[in-house]
Amino acid sequence: MVEMIPSVGRELLYREAINEALKQEMRLDDNVIIMGEEIAGGAGREHLGIQDAWGGPFRTTVGLIQEFGNERVLDTPLSEAGFMGAAIGASSTGLRVIAELMFVDFMGVCWDQLINNAAKMRYMFGGQVEVPFTMLTRIGAGFGSAAQHSESFYSLFSHMPGLKGVVPSDAYTAKGLLTAAIRDNDPVIYFEHKGLYTQPSLVPEETYVLPLGKARTLKSGSGITLVGISKMTWVCMDAAAELDKLGIDAEVIDLLSVSPIDYDHIIESVKKTHALVVVDEDTPVCSIASDICARVAEEAFDYLDAPPTKVTAPHTPVPYSRVLEDQYVPNVPRVVTTVKSLYEGYR
Amino acid sequence: MELNKEGLLHLYKVMSTIRHFEERGIPETGQRGMSASVHSSVGQEAVPAGVCAHLSSEDYIGSTHRGHGHCIAKGVDPKAMMAELFGRASGPNKGKGGSMHIADMTKGMLGTNGVVAASIPLAVGAALTSKIKKLNRVAVAFFGDGAANQGVLHESMNLAAVWQLPVIFCCENNGYAESTPFEYASSVEALSDRAASYDMPGFNVDGMDVFAVYEAAGLAIERARAGDGPSLLECKTYRYYGHTVFDDPLTYRTKEEEDYYKSRDPLKLFREKVLPEGEISQSELDSIDTDCLNLMEEAVEFADSSPMPEVSDLYVDVYSDYPISMMKRGTNMSI
Repeated sequence: MVEMIPSVGRELLYREAINEALKQEMRLDDNVIIMGEEIAGGAGREHLGIQDAWGGPFRTTVGLIQEFGNERVLDTPLSEAGFMGAAIGASSTGLRVIAELMFVDFMGVCWDQLINNAAKMRYMFGGQVEVPFTMLTRIGAGFGSAAQHSESFYSLFSHMPGLKGVVPSDAYTAKGLLTAAIRDNDPVIYFEHKGLYTQPSLVPEETYVLPLGKARTLKSGSGITLVGISKMTWVCMDAAAELDKLGIDAEVIDLLSVSPIDYDHIIESVKKTHALVVVDEDTPVCSIASDICARVAEEAFDYLDAPPTKVTAPHTPVPYSRVLEDQYVPNVPRVVTTVKSLYEGYR
Repeated sequence: MELNKEGLLHLYKVMSTIRHFEERGIPETGQRGMSASVHSSVGQEAVPAGVCAHLSSEDYIGSTHRGHGHCIAKGVDPKAMMAELFGRASGPNKGKGGSMHIADMTKGMLGTNGVVAASIPLAVGAALTSKIKKLNRVAVAFFGDGAANQGVLHESMNLAAVWQLPVIFCCENNGYAESTPFEYASSVEALSDRAASYDMPGFNVDGMDVFAVYEAAGLAIERARAGDGPSLLECKTYRYYGHTVFDDPLTYRTKEEEDYYKSRDPLKLFREKVLPEGEISQSELDSIDTDCLNLMEEAVEFADSSPMPEVSDLYVDVYSDYPISMMKRGTNMSI
């Protein structure tokens, strides 16, 4: 059983860990190919000495085309419906395709292929086909990118039976979960947070797989359970440090998967701490956070000293101006204030 | 397949099987209370027969909501298909898909598809698999004139052209997207003209004439197999019934138009062309029709005597690996 928190390795950035997982899996299995917009960049200009002009919009795919060639590393036209559908078709006929959607906000243009083909083919075809397809995409506000380049709506995908989803929070989980996603025989949506790319953490050099559908506890505590999703895990950790100063001993869970969701891990924690706050950068209606709160309310009602509570983005698009965006993304003071109010109101 | 005597009889048998499957299977499905989403392709038989005559079970096809003919022409067992329509566990999809999702991966049949144009990029992806793995297979994306105006068709055609993939985009233009006439909904008179936008050949053929379809499809498929990239093949055809079994097509088209196309019925045209040549006799064709009629009787019996899915199959094949407990958690499901 692989450990959920690394004890050995060297420091890699989140984006480097993604790159390492891609290279290692492509070396291991010739059936693994990758396609997307600008994943190499400057496509078709080899005759001018141009190759890998961008190495990916966020340099997660840098160096792939040099090593694996343009048959396995395919820059695409800006045609998400076309190439995402082709990736799903290729995945159902013998390849193991990784396809990148530059920002999750662009999902609308290829949503049909994800929900009506990738998610349902196995079931509606009576199990005749496997779709070992991985979609890489990006989430996260905080960069002044406004409403169409900043969303975090992984909840939409979790809603769809047939899809799996992961939200790695650091370089270690980025590598282990990407390896798992590529090797998995179901469609997996892999959500990279733009605000984590330059964060370093320990990453073993050899390949390893972290389990899909498993959360991890980053800090044990007895006073309240904080659940973080993707970058919000680190907001929870910082909030826990602040709460510690106030004498509140918070437990911090890093969700890591948004389908399946590791409810059991959270419920076990809540049985110990008797309170829950979920911190989610997604909007609040029909969200992962509201789902976890509902599940805990149903299954751990007798253990709760306070209502399961969320700290999330508001039910608005992501704003542009810094003063507005700063309010949009959950932050440490909001989590601390929320926990304090639960303590004052119910204990 | 060469059009020697055996080949000719095969073409006729495929068309007759499709005709008899639709004429028997759709009302039988209706009698079992499951007709809401079944679409008849009677009248359109020449297109799948003429195209698929060039394909082996290794090649791929993507299909549509009106896809029984594609399945049959690609070699899917009509008895199993009938069972699928009846929701039985012996269907190729184990009763999970029904008419609009019939798939048979052993025949390269990537599924009939309930979303207009949704299967087109799947065929492009299958062609990509063939190219990358050097399998020398081709993929045919069947679609109707309704799909002609879906964005994903255009993205798929561009992508297949850019990557030079072995795909044949085969439009069965039956003149109507549900009740909306093609000439109202499309900016061009001939969809095949749009091939020029993607620098691929565009073929426009009489889709009631299996020989015309066979000839043009042969050119397009040969081109694809040779590595020369995709083609667009428009087959002008007609469906004799409405969009589904519930609509009356005379609310949006004329009796004269129906009569015209029925006078050019694909099975009738086949007979008119082949019988005078003397190699094949009327009784040989009649006997194929009788065999198909009998096959449908067997298919209905097979389907009716097949088991229904187990109720616990509800949770099976959603994923390759996912806890069933998570599929019903918080639902108060009774099974």
